[in-house]
Amino acid sequence: MSIEAGTPTSSTEPNAEGYRGFTLGQFSFRRDEYFAYVSWPTGSHIMSVDAFLRAMQRDIAWDFFYGIVNFDGVFGTMNHYGTVDLFAGRYNDSYRKAELDYSENIDTPIIREQFKAILEDWTNQTFDPFASPHETGPAFGVKNGSNVDAITRRRVAATRMVNLPGDEELRNDENGHPLNRMFLDVPQDEPVVEAEPGFEGQLAGFNLFNYLARSQVTWNPSVVSVCKDSLFCPTTEEYILPIIHGNDRVEWFIQLSDEISWEVEDRDTGTMRSRVVMKAGDVCAMPADIRHQGYSPKRSMLLVWENGDPNLADLIASGQAPTYPADF
Amino acid sequence: MAGATNASGAVEAASYKTVFASLEDFSKGGVELINDDPRHYAFSNMYEVASISKPWEQVAVGKNMQYVLEVVRAEGQSGWRTASHDQFAVSLDGEVEIEFFTHGAPVGESVEGSVALAADPDGQRMGRVVLNFGHQALLPANSAYRMNASRPSVVMIQTIAGADTKFRWAEICQTV
Repeated sequence: MSIEAGTPTSSTEPNAEGYRGFTLGQFSFRRDEYFAYVSWPTGSHIMSVDAFLRAMQRDIAWDFFYGIVNFDGVFGTMNHYGTVDLFAGRYNDSYRKAELDYSENIDTPIIREQFKAILEDWTNQTFDPFASPHETGPAFGVKNGSNVDAITRRRVAATRMVNLPGDEELRNDENGHPLNRMFLDVPQDEPVVEAEPGFEGQLAGFNLFNYLARSQVTWNPSVVSVCKDSLFCPTTEEYILPIIHGNDRVEWFIQLSDEISWEVEDRDTGTMRSRVVMKAGDVCAMPADIRHQGYSPKRSMLLVWENGDPNLADLIASGQAPTYPADF
Repeated sequence: MAGATNASGAVEAASYKTVFASLEDFSKGGVELINDDPRHYAFSNMYEVASISKPWEQVAVGKNMQYVLEVVRAEGQSGWRTASHDQFAVSLDGEVEIEFFTHGAPVGESVEGSVALAADPDGQRMGRVVLNFGHQALLPANSAYRMNASRPSVVMIQTIAGADTKFRWAEICQTV
């Protein structure tokens, strides 16, 4: 079932554990010490609250990203770039066959603000949803303060390239980006840039690996260079991608360091299609009709390469563009 | 070896080694198929591609509609090139010097990808950038540029498919 509505939102007074409950259309959300609970007219769902908050953090930070952000195999969002489907069971074969799936199409500003409210109320001062499990305390327990600074980090998106005048600045100790503990051996030198008089600011370079080694967050792509709609979005990864990303376009992964394993499933049903192991230097496309979740045993550098063409999702959905990158 | 206790209460290793690769030392992963066609993933390794390429060939290892990710075996001196749009180069192995000049033969805005210049650029010297491992540089739109590498090196280029782009999917990608 799917409905489109004005999507009223509300929140309750704090429960016995100190957390507010929220509604978004006919979805309702509540948490206790260990779990997040989601219910809708045809069913309900339970998730570990740390997994729920990690997923919600990415969904907000990426403004619902490209395509589908599955919090797990049941619950998630699909971006229509102006509106968002909030769904339960929509991309789960069993829910679909039982006709228990449900979704609501919601204006992006409404779902964005309610998700932010949930994340802020449910994130305790001990927990940073962007951090790896080694770098944060627990999400669990009764209400214990908040961590607004951690959950409202600015999304880094260069308009042309990092380190060009007026664009995103380099990361260093002084601006709060120390080397990550797992990247202490990454070279810190910067490229030689020599511009002749009159051409200052027109030539530029930076150490991409040093830049990544100083990332404070995991599984959070940020744009470092832009060639029209071609976006280099590198990120550092550790432990498990907190969402299962369902593509609406071909997405490319370029493994820059270490190793990540990907579980690849059919986007619409969740049936397994492949497992991909990527080592330094490997390049792999994620087709437009799959969903994927990555596992990184050590903090690694991954270049996510996206095509941000706003017409691309519709071209693929209508069959005018292929779901895979090349014929050979 | 055990290190410090971290924020979660777990004990981490005392130190970590970041694993990069090079032209001389790379190890390839792959697609383990369950129910799919490996060609849909166009899986390759940039160092392997560079190892079988001629100097300065721009081989596509990624393609997303008109956009490509090219891998170049940098060795010796390249020819002069230009493009109507910004491009970006990342050194993945070795030191690569990039020289920049203005020139009087810009390509039309509708021409995508890099284009070889018929002659040396006739404009002003803009400067140079020297990339080492992991460094990224802007190749500004409409500039003339050429690269120099004293030993075999690997460069990745973010650009758009054009006259220089070589497509060799069947040769470089996993097919079974």
